[in-house]
Amino acid sequence: MKLLIEQGRVIDPHQGLDDVVDLFIEKEQIVALGVAPEGFTPDRRIDARGRWVLPGLVDLAARLREPGFENKATIASETRAAASAGITTLICPPDTDPPVDSPAQIELIHRRAKQACGVRVHPLGALTEGLQGGQLAEMAALKRAGALGASQGLKPLDSHVLLRRALEYAASHEITVFLHPIDRSLAAGGCAHEGSVATRLGLTGIPEAAETASLGVILALVAQTGARIHLCRLSTARGAALVARARQDGLPVTADVCAHQLFLTEMDVADFNSVCHVVPPLRTARDREGLRQALTDGTISAICSDHQPHEADAKLAPFPATQAGMSTLETLLPLTLRLAEEGVLPLMEAIRRVTTTPASIMGLPTGTLAPDARADITLVDPARVYSPSADNWLSAGRNSPFFGWEFQGRVTHTLAAGRVIFESRT
Amino acid sequence: MTEARPHSPATSGPLPPSLQFGDQGRLRHLLTIEGLSRPLITEILDTAESFLGVNAQTVKKVPLLRGKTVMNLFFEASTRTRTTFELAAKRLSADVLNINISTSATVKGESLLDTLRNLEAMLVDMFVVRHADSGAAHFIARHVAPHVSVLNAGDGRHAHPTQALLDMFTIRHHKGDFSALRVAIVGDILHSRVARSQIHALNVLGAGEVRVIAPRTLLPVSVEELGVHVFHDIRAGLKDVDVIIMLRLQRERMDSGLLPSEHEFYQLWGLNEERLALAAPEAIVMHPGPANRGVEIDSRVADGPQSVILKQVTYGIAVRMAVMSMIMGGSVNQGASQ
Repeated sequence: MKLLIEQGRVIDPHQGLDDVVDLFIEKEQIVALGVAPEGFTPDRRIDARGRWVLPGLVDLAARLREPGFENKATIASETRAAASAGITTLICPPDTDPPVDSPAQIELIHRRAKQACGVRVHPLGALTEGLQGGQLAEMAALKRAGALGASQGLKPLDSHVLLRRALEYAASHEITVFLHPIDRSLAAGGCAHEGSVATRLGLTGIPEAAETASLGVILALVAQTGARIHLCRLSTARGAALVARARQDGLPVTADVCAHQLFLTEMDVADFNSVCHVVPPLRTARDREGLRQALTDGTISAICSDHQPHEADAKLAPFPATQAGMSTLETLLPLTLRLAEEGVLPLMEAIRRVTTTPASIMGLPTGTLAPDARADITLVDPARVYSPSADNWLSAGRNSPFFGWEFQGRVTHTLAAGRVIFESRT
Repeated sequence: MTEARPHSPATSGPLPPSLQFGDQGRLRHLLTIEGLSRPLITEILDTAESFLGVNAQTVKKVPLLRGKTVMNLFFEASTRTRTTFELAAKRLSADVLNINISTSATVKGESLLDTLRNLEAMLVDMFVVRHADSGAAHFIARHVAPHVSVLNAGDGRHAHPTQALLDMFTIRHHKGDFSALRVAIVGDILHSRVARSQIHALNVLGAGEVRVIAPRTLLPVSVEELGVHVFHDIRAGLKDVDVIIMLRLQRERMDSGLLPSEHEFYQLWGLNEERLALAAPEAIVMHPGPANRGVEIDSRVADGPQSVILKQVTYGIAVRMAVMSMIMGGSVNQGASQ
């Protein structure tokens, strides 16, 4: 199969390319940009005039709920949603049921993903056995089976000694450890940012210090061990400042933020809106500005969805009794493009944060449109308006706070390994 | 950097008042004091005043809610509050059902919504709800059938609006004009739905000054933003106040490291006669009950001449009658004065 994407505006942060050129695909790969390879006769042409041609998105954190929580979502349903949203690679936390702590679990997820629409699915391996926070998981075996890193998910790891050993052991195998900076005892029982909104609503708060105290411990252990870690879902301005200083000191640390933290604040839970019950919690407007600043200056290098689809019942209870998490695959690109619109990042830089950068954090060769790269490609019509609603939503989890928002730009085609896996009908 | 432009119905400001109000701005549910106007609160207190007369008669009944069914839905144990709601409903001639959910359905794994649907099917007109989770009354109000009203009888740490209203009734009854008053709330503000509702009510009614007196561990962060002055020293805090509201201190607070001991709390924040003397000469002492004597309040104060604690209970019935009749009845005053 030979495919020609004609006259689109190709934006590839990896090559620093932003130009109207043809893009030539043969089998699974991009074979040329601009000038056709000799004897190239396309089997199919996609007219991309007026469209943006981007690397397929790489999402650092998406829960697909399979195995174990198929009442919420499945690999099939969520990869379909991802494809429609221009995401071609999904990294999944290991907190499935059973957790991803054995090669068999990784094989199962890979197999299910292969049967699905073509979006790549890469689980992270568990850091401890059963995510119990006790014994180390067999990280080397998990890596051999295809785990791209180790993570404890949101499960606690209370002992600093165990965290130190886990980092050292992971470092011996050159495994990146993905850590959520949340101090369990400071966050205990909390369901909203500890601030004026939680005070008014009588909700138990998760203080800023739950993040900063945990970051203090993690960064001290990184300095001690030299382990390579990635910090997941920063939520506070002070936390971002700690990470900035650590990076200036040369610590091997990267960090991400989920897109909704850059747009929503504690005010969004002000009428007990359980859709906005997330961990880490939505923080203050000052934190939101701090996170945007950290994104602009590069302290936070990647944006992810932190996708957590839920069945309706999970959110149908009094606020503290609801399950945390939002369904966000389908708003990752729209919110990222909104950041560019609002001047937080230039367009190419915004795209980098959901393509090239997360790919490089994961050590994946994707997230680029360079010749020889795998043809994971997203086409966007920037003139079209996208307004998410229950009618056009594909994820099995409808727990999105963004229904009714209007976004500029709509994915028209998604290609994974040279194959069109999504094409908008209109 | 530009400010985010959330063109979104999901992004809201403070609590939308609409949930509490139905057609023509009529009070449909009472969930929180927030969003109630001064005229509305005043109307509730005036209505309660007229019911006070009913309660003093030998036949303590009016037919305002005849044929209506009120269900006391208590997911958290309470005798006192449930009893006053029950009495209030009965004096309005409503049929009353008491359901203690903490020991029944939810233990069997039935969801709150399922429980609600089942009870709704019994054609109830009003749920009086108490629940340990903040926001429970809002949740129920959002999901009940259109003809059903919800009256919040306490949700988690969030709100206890009828308690605050009966406290306002008590203060007005004994002290009159709010603008001249200094009011101090003492004790465990952090865990208190009563305190939150009182603070809102006092501010809506234009109280001269609202103070909270407690150690930092018993105050929620940014409590000043609710419109209070914070004192850690009870002597400074009680100086010249006209109303003292003591809050109940739960014994489990000692286990979670919020306080060293009951003894130390009483030493530093307990209300005794000597401290009461620092307040204005005619100051009244209130307590939502049940009081821990010797922990937050000395018996001599609780039973003393300045205490209005038992009056609060009596007024509570009239205030709850007023709220129930306004939510379910509509035109109230002529009915109450017959």
